[in-house]
Amino acid sequence: MTKEKTEVKHGKREIVTPGEIIAKGDFLPGDWTTKEGEEIIANRFGIVDKTERLVRVVPITGVYIPRRGNVVIAEVADITMNGWIMEIKAPYQAFLMLKECPMYVDEYEMENVYGIGDLVVTKIVSVKRRAIDLTTKGRGLDKIKDGMIVEINPHRVPRVIGKEGSMISQIKIASGCDITVGQNGLIWVRGRSKEEELFAKKIIDFIVENTTSDGLTEQVEQWIKENKPKNLGKIEGKEAKEKTEEFAESSVESESQEFGEEKE
Amino acid sequence: MAEKGSYTKRIDGRSFDALRPISAKVGVVPNADGSAMFSQGDTIAIAAVYGPKTLHPKNQQNPEKGVLRVHYNMLSFSVGERIRPGVSRRSQEISQVTEWALTPVVMLEELPGTVIDIHINIIQANAGTRCAGINAAAMALAHAGIPMKEMVSAVAIGKMDQTIVSDVTKEEEDYKEGEAATDIPMAYLSNSKKISLLQLDGRIQAKRLIEALDAGKKACQKIYEIQKKVLKESE
Amino acid sequence: MVHRTMAYKITKKNVNDAINLEKRFDGRGLFDQRPVEIEFGVSNKAEGSVRVRMGKTEVLCGIKMATAEPYTDHEAEGTMMTSVELLPLASPDFEYGAPSIQSVETARIIDRGIRESGFVDFEKLCIKEGEKVWSVFIDLAVINDDGNLIDAGALAAILALMTAKFPVYDEKADKIEFGEFTDKKLPLDKSKLPLTVSFFKSGEKVFIDPTREEEATTKGRLTFEISKPEKDEMINAMQKGGEVTFTTDEIETMIAEATKIFKKLKTLVDESLDKAEKENKKKKD
Repeated sequence: MTKEKTEVKHGKREIVTPGEIIAKGDFLPGDWTTKEGEEIIANRFGIVDKTERLVRVVPITGVYIPRRGNVVIAEVADITMNGWIMEIKAPYQAFLMLKECPMYVDEYEMENVYGIGDLVVTKIVSVKRRAIDLTTKGRGLDKIKDGMIVEINPHRVPRVIGKEGSMISQIKIASGCDITVGQNGLIWVRGRSKEEELFAKKIIDFIVENTTSDGLTEQVEQWIKENKPKNLGKIEGKEAKEKTEEFAESSVESESQEFGEEKE
Repeated sequence: MAEKGSYTKRIDGRSFDALRPISAKVGVVPNADGSAMFSQGDTIAIAAVYGPKTLHPKNQQNPEKGVLRVHYNMLSFSVGERIRPGVSRRSQEISQVTEWALTPVVMLEELPGTVIDIHINIIQANAGTRCAGINAAAMALAHAGIPMKEMVSAVAIGKMDQTIVSDVTKEEEDYKEGEAATDIPMAYLSNSKKISLLQLDGRIQAKRLIEALDAGKKACQKIYEIQKKVLKESE
Repeated sequence: MVHRTMAYKITKKNVNDAINLEKRFDGRGLFDQRPVEIEFGVSNKAEGSVRVRMGKTEVLCGIKMATAEPYTDHEAEGTMMTSVELLPLASPDFEYGAPSIQSVETARIIDRGIRESGFVDFEKLCIKEGEKVWSVFIDLAVINDDGNLIDAGALAAILALMTAKFPVYDEKADKIEFGEFTDKKLPLDKSKLPLTVSFFKSGEKVFIDPTREEEATTKGRLTFEISKPEKDEMINAMQKGGEVTFTTDEIETMIAEATKIFKKLKTLVDESLDKAEKENKKKKD
């Protein structure tokens, strides 16, 4: 016989602070919550998310929390005999083992492949207590040689990507740039000119400043119309569709992190 | 009950259990991972949190849990007679008791090998600076997304001759009549109501301590409501 | 060990390129300042205090007064000391410990500009020749570092000095009643007001008021402290910082820009002091 479920104290998109009781009754404690007796208590400042029986807190501030499968843009901090130590803006550093690099690399060539200070698009293959392992084997995972990096609060990444990549493809089409979003809040923008890249950066900044508004998609469309520099090109048709699909793949992880979906 | 004593009316006219006007804000230091300003009357504190980040050098890391590093500092122009910039014995002691006041709420076992730096600065001082600092630091920690079991709130309870008052001012600290002024800073955890900071400067009859602790509990509850409200309204 | 605060290699290159193309990320021209916000009276315990924001950079300045014996070679003059605290609060790059060279250099540059301009009338700070004089402490504290700390600090120092008031002082007992203020302002010669502008070099271009990201790409700066006591602008202090070199042509351009910026800063100073005066009058009524 199931226990009676008392209502969740906070609805969707309700902000909670540490120590607040967010649910009572037959619920399971998800991320950033603890269950004490009948009560589910928030352990972090964030937004309540309730699905079926699971209650969790979605963070909106704070450092990046690494998750297996995430694409992250990492900076080479140091080189050891068997790999590269990388900074990913998380509480812990990450490690890219030699054997996780698609090219054959001689130990003396390591600096030339990924040198200290280089930024590399990588994927997290495993997260254990304090060890985060990366790989560059895979499509789109490589050293960044050109373009521009935009840094944002990692918790805003889902909004920048949008539902099924809708927001990010809007940005790509409007600016004409290729964009790779790292779940750790680093975004790599590559256009045919600095103007294109700067425009993409501005759109991203606009989204990040307005993440809590309703109807963000329309707001962004409007802003783009009003602010687009005259001579910017755009990618159309098939190319645009392909980019959206490539994007949607890497954004599957992110959907589960989205908070309060926009009702469209 | 205890005798009435000489302090029948507060210097600033407040009732005995009234707090000074409080103002708080988060995000005041854009570079930090979390930050807050907290003021009680004329005492203004700002706190900024950097972390969690890997602690270097490695031999200082605790493999079981994260480490809190607290630095409390008063700006040279926060008081009447200028304070020479730098560390003083007083600021070292306050940094340590502040760290002890905050540690019970931070879930450091979730963050082994890391350090969370908490910087507290007092811009303007009118008593209760370590309490305002703790209040600001707790908000900054929450704002930085640090995993916390609950919040912590602090207040300085005083005894002016025979009268127990909440949230003392500097003028009250200088009260000289009868048994003069006793200053009792304390901090309560928001849910468990446990005490994580407790100091006393002055004298109090042992049987009256509970009265002071009760006054502190009520005052901290009010402060917690404000910390919670400001955090929620910040997003 | 790479700190996450240092600008990424690729970002440094982008910022450098942007500056050399005269297309700064925030759309400013090379000699445009960020919006400046000024707030007086941030500490009611200070004889004078101010908060200055330039973009996201935030600096507080407090003026504290004390009495002391004069220096033996300046028996009839008051003393002045400037300090800059790069609070670890303000940036992941600032650490605890002995004052860094950056904090010492910044303090000394700001101090020289004020001292050499004659802005402060040190003789009027004398209480009793050879025995007792006023000491003025200019204490700067950085709350958030988003670049250009020298200019922000220098502006804060001037504004704090101009609104500072003598504390109540019992000369017989040589006792200062801290917290009680007179209506008497510090002896300043407003015609000698010194204002500071630093020029930074990135690649081949010279520009002002960098953000932290922009400052991370520069290898040199040239700071001017200027006043205009009569018809001509006077340079009261200069400091070249960093390993980069400047040509005399570049310096000529900088001097020309500096006089324009001096005008803008002076207007800003006058307007904010006016506004503060009016607000004070309202409070008294």
